Amino acid sequence: MTKRKPLLNALLAQYGLFLLLLLALLGAWECGVRLGWVPFFILPAPTTVAGALGEDAHLLLGRHLAATVAESALGFLLSVCVGSLLAIGMHMYRTLDKALYPFIIVSQTIPLIALSPVFILWFGYSIWSKVAVVFLTAFFPIVVGAYDGLGKGDAGYRDLLLTMGAGRWAIFRKVQVPLALPSFFSGLKLSVVYSVVGATIGEWLGGSEGLGYFSRRMSGSLQTDAMFASVFLLSALGVVYFLIVAWLEYWLLRRKRRRSAYR
Amino acid sequence: MAALLSLHDVSFAFGRGRAGGARLFEGLSLEVREGEFVSVVGASGSGKSTLFKLIAGLLEPAGGEIFLYGERAPRRLGRIAYMPQQNLLLPWRTVMDNCLLPLELTPRGRSADGRGEVLKLLKLLGLEGCENAYPAELSGGMRQRAAFLRTLMAGQPLLLLDEPFGALDAMTKRELHRWLLGLWGDLNKSVLFITHDLEEAILLSDRIYLMPGAGSGEQALELRVDLPRPRDSRMKYEPAFIRFRQELERLLDDQTQTAT
Repeated sequence: MTKRKPLLNALLAQYGLFLLLLLALLGAWECGVRLGWVPFFILPAPTTVAGALGEDAHLLLGRHLAATVAESALGFLLSVCVGSLLAIGMHMYRTLDKALYPFIIVSQTIPLIALSPVFILWFGYSIWSKVAVVFLTAFFPIVVGAYDGLGKGDAGYRDLLLTMGAGRWAIFRKVQVPLALPSFFSGLKLSVVYSVVGATIGEWLGGSEGLGYFSRRMSGSLQTDAMFASVFLLSALGVVYFLIVAWLEYWLLRRKRRRSAYR
Repeated sequence: MAALLSLHDVSFAFGRGRAGGARLFEGLSLEVREGEFVSVVGASGSGKSTLFKLIAGLLEPAGGEIFLYGERAPRRLGRIAYMPQQNLLLPWRTVMDNCLLPLELTPRGRSADGRGEVLKLLKLLGLEGCENAYPAELSGGMRQRAAFLRTLMAGQPLLLLDEPFGALDAMTKRELHRWLLGLWGDLNKSVLFITHDLEEAILLSDRIYLMPGAGSGEQALELRVDLPRPRDSRMKYEPAFIRFRQELERLLDDQTQTAT
């Protein structure tokens, strides 16, 4: 019990101001709508949104949230695997680097919306057309983060390990991967947040479930409270994803953190 | 005494081709015999670190031959222990794990009792109880000693030390000189040592090579330090030491003047 208190204090010190401001904003929003400054169908009050969330909880959480989680998680995991492999390959083989890097940049300059009919054509209205959109938005930060991180590998370390008789693979494992992790995780954090955005766009393009689909349908029928409820869930999903990755980084890099504490 | 390392007429040039690139040195010969401590001094830019990379096998000479442990050695990586200027301890590994790194990289090492050996050496180097510390938790002098220990763990008879005390403050440097001189008799290694510090070179070495100026094409000048062993740092106030130092400074000055 004695250990709980400092944790609570630390959390308050860290997030107290944020929570205070959030409450103030929500309060102002609520007042603004209640006093009739903004029509409720343009901007529903937070309490109304909460009500809609409660009302549709079963449908929102059980069906649409589950669908969005499945699409974004699948797309994100695919991005991590393919993105890391691409980055490693490009780092290890100069030819691959020269051949692929421009393609990776180009993949980000294609307007996703323009590509959507193609995805629907290829993958139909199944989960895979959404996964494809998620992949296309989420893999880029991973490739760039991992590739740049691997490029940071100090020539001094490389020389040292070479004199110890290490091969290329050993140098990669013992030095370059650990050195690349911070940069890789920066990419991962961006990517995991993008994956929610990707899933939402994917659902807009066509489909019959998911929070993106739901929010579009609700806004179409002017049910702004339900739309806001699903937007709230989407943003909360992004936050949860981010926290998971941040925790993973914290756990993996705990020894490195210990180093910086003494700086 | 057998020569552990000898260079015959080694030349090196930056850039491709012998004619096109800038020549750093030419016809350089030197030798390290068993149990010797040999220093290489010279102006900055004379190619001391490059020479070490050549010897370690990180670079290949444009001409000449390098003999290691009595035979011609076209492949030298993994056969000489090399300690670079920066300690290059891996910050995410403890002292113990850093020192075990050379063993992890060789098939011979994985079967050996590395931990026991590291603990024994930690005691010898005055780092007892530091095995679980991270490099950032150590002082500069301790980090340098840990890096030296890692160099010893490579298990090679010849150590190349590239200005290992160069980045340290004067006090710590003195302390490490004392420490290295006290240790030297028991180490049973041969050392080739780069330094800018003439006093350090005289105090620690059996012989000193003076690197010729970059591109001069001259031989490295060899000087023998006739101070008795075991040595201690008070010797630098003795007249013989001071005379030797003056001579060395004069030679170095001559050289930088002819080079410009």
